[in-house]
Amino acid sequence: MIYFDNSSTTKPCERAVAAVNKALCEMWGNPSSLHNMGLEAERLIKDSRETIAKALNADEKEIFFTSGATESNNTAVFSSAFTRGKRRKRIITSQTEHPSVLAPIKRLEEQGFEVIRLLPDSSGAISPKEVLKYIDKNTLLVSVMSVNNETGAINDISGIFKAVKAADKEIYTHTDAVQGFLKLPINVKTLCADMISISGHKVYSPKGVGALYIKKGLNLKPFIVGGGQEKGFRSGTESVPLITAFGEAVSEYSKTLSERYEKAERLKQRLKKNVEALDGVYLHEFNNHLPYVNSLTVSGYKSETLLHFLEEREIYVSSGSACAKGKKSDTLKAFGYSESELDSTIRISFCADNTEDEVDRLVFEIQNAMKSLVRIRR
Amino acid sequence: MEEMLLLKYGEIALKGLNKKSFEDVLVKNIKRRLRHIGSFEYTRAQSTLYIKPQGDEDIDVVLAKLTKVFGVTKICRAIICKKDFSDIVKCSLPYLKDTLDGAKTFKVEAKRADKSFCMTSPELQRELGAKILDEYSHLEVDVHEPQVTVTVEIREENAFVHAYKTDGAGGLPVGTSGRALLLLSGGIDSPVAGYMMAKRGVIVDAVHFEAPPYTSERARLKVEELAKIMSEYTGAVNFHCVPFTRIQEMIKEHCPEELFTIVMRRIMMEISQRIALSVGASCLVTGESIGQVASQTMLAMVCTDAVCKIPVFRPLIGMDKTEIVEVSRKIGTYDTSIEPYEDCCTVFTPRHPKTKPRLEEVEKAQAAFDFEPLINQAINDTKAYIISAN
Repeated sequence: MIYFDNSSTTKPCERAVAAVNKALCEMWGNPSSLHNMGLEAERLIKDSRETIAKALNADEKEIFFTSGATESNNTAVFSSAFTRGKRRKRIITSQTEHPSVLAPIKRLEEQGFEVIRLLPDSSGAISPKEVLKYIDKNTLLVSVMSVNNETGAINDISGIFKAVKAADKEIYTHTDAVQGFLKLPINVKTLCADMISISGHKVYSPKGVGALYIKKGLNLKPFIVGGGQEKGFRSGTESVPLITAFGEAVSEYSKTLSERYEKAERLKQRLKKNVEALDGVYLHEFNNHLPYVNSLTVSGYKSETLLHFLEEREIYVSSGSACAKGKKSDTLKAFGYSESELDSTIRISFCADNTEDEVDRLVFEIQNAMKSLVRIRR
Repeated sequence: MEEMLLLKYGEIALKGLNKKSFEDVLVKNIKRRLRHIGSFEYTRAQSTLYIKPQGDEDIDVVLAKLTKVFGVTKICRAIICKKDFSDIVKCSLPYLKDTLDGAKTFKVEAKRADKSFCMTSPELQRELGAKILDEYSHLEVDVHEPQVTVTVEIREENAFVHAYKTDGAGGLPVGTSGRALLLLSGGIDSPVAGYMMAKRGVIVDAVHFEAPPYTSERARLKVEELAKIMSEYTGAVNFHCVPFTRIQEMIKEHCPEELFTIVMRRIMMEISQRIALSVGASCLVTGESIGQVASQTMLAMVCTDAVCKIPVFRPLIGMDKTEIVEVSRKIGTYDTSIEPYEDCCTVFTPRHPKTKPRLEEVEKAQAAFDFEPLINQAINDTKAYIISAN
């Protein structure tokens, strides 16, 4: 089996699986309980929080656990509005954000907020200058993703957010860093982000856990209220097994950031070189590009057909992003893909365990697909 | 409080000497639907089937199942009382509350199977009517067009009272009109066509064509789900899944593009009719509606039907899409039908399909390649299994 769909989800690492098991079988207390079983569980969460804070060069008080990136993104948007939305009504974001950012912003738009949705420029990035153009005294939030989940295009987040903060310190800055976390170095001290969303299952942890970094002193009002867990910011009994697994995975993979990046770059270059020989097959590259996420067009063949052809040979890729089953991608359109490219593009996303041989196999099978499948007419 | 259900037959009542055999099939179908819910006592009398739960079976669940059984026009929910006027009053007044609260006019109708009961029918009607008026003072009696008719029936063992009627599924019991094979795609139309045939008493088997990797496993699961929803009405569906990839690729390679769909439809019909004959189905059924798409023009259908030696029934032939959608929403297949997966037709669809094909040119196009070995192969590799919601 060859798994090239790591931007959809990753295989949980052994340490994460062991951590889940331990928390379920041995340390299953409620972290809010006053007795020592509760304390034991609370320690697991604390350790995990420290690990994740360290990976972002943040303070542990700045990490809040959530059920995943969707909740983190919803919280960032809605909490901003709850806190300062009475006075400030403009939100600036990009058209290529994940739906879990776009949808809550859309909800606010329906309630009277003004939304600016920027398109990436020809280099595939949102330019800081473009963002600055729309900044005004009424601006509540700027939310721009670190790395696009469908194309791998990287945004200059610190460039954008520094410019925003220089213009007006009161504007909230948020980045969805799900695809960048543990792939690109993220340092909150230099990023100028008030909020950062990250997800567990994109980095070798189980599904159902994520976190939101919130800069100290921001005093955001919570989105989910109740029993007051997570210092009152995110109520609900903590999912100790998932949180501790998240911490274990981050601890395992935060050490190997640069060597894994180099490996991904090698795999990408190999993919690029291998497909050069194939007629009508090409990678979409951007000036600033994360080598883990690759968008490959195979002209004349439907992406869904290709996906199933490869699946029959136990090679797993995705068409567009996995969140949008079968729908044409608005994101790729925003990146300037043509109508026929929208139909014929697959995503190859790498992880640390992929090998050059696997890339060769993939290209070999794409070649076979082109020989045996019927071309679509355009 | 003991409740029971009265099921009124529709057309079966008119079947003369054949009535009993229709009735037998209906009762068998009902027993099959209810066997997982509990145990029931079944009694037949005067074109009515009486179903009495033997334990604490949930009447709402039973009712929901029975509204999907063809051959029943009305279902009444009744309370069982002792054969004693004061007990009838005591039980029925609170039982009828919801129905009577929502009405302005009513009448009482009495039926006595047991003629030895101490009151006559008119007496019963008058006395029970008076008690109801005492209890529900907002009501008025209207014997001509009442909003609610309260019926009291006096039978050998006990009496029962009902006022609540719900529509049954109508039609004839499935199994009284033979067996058909339905061409089931993933769309909106074909499950509706299956439903309509079953409504006329036909047992519906289904054939589906899949073309991996052009179509996905999810697309097949979707069609199986459609068959499952349909089976709530039709009863268990014998499902035949035909691998069609190779045939489609060969049509694409050897036949003119504008005739692709029509040749494909002809081969689908050919395969379907051979399967039909092997499973004892005497006709094919499709969800086609005239003029809806290029392959459903009259001339296109003439070309596809030319391969068929058995009849092809098209119950939706004169319906508009909106009418078809309405039925599919009613039977619950619509939401599944519109899930966006590739089906076997879309990948290969020609840009400009021929809407007025001539039979000779289509036959000539199809003769460009010998499909017979592939057709036999596809039939051999067809997987058959039973899909049922019950």
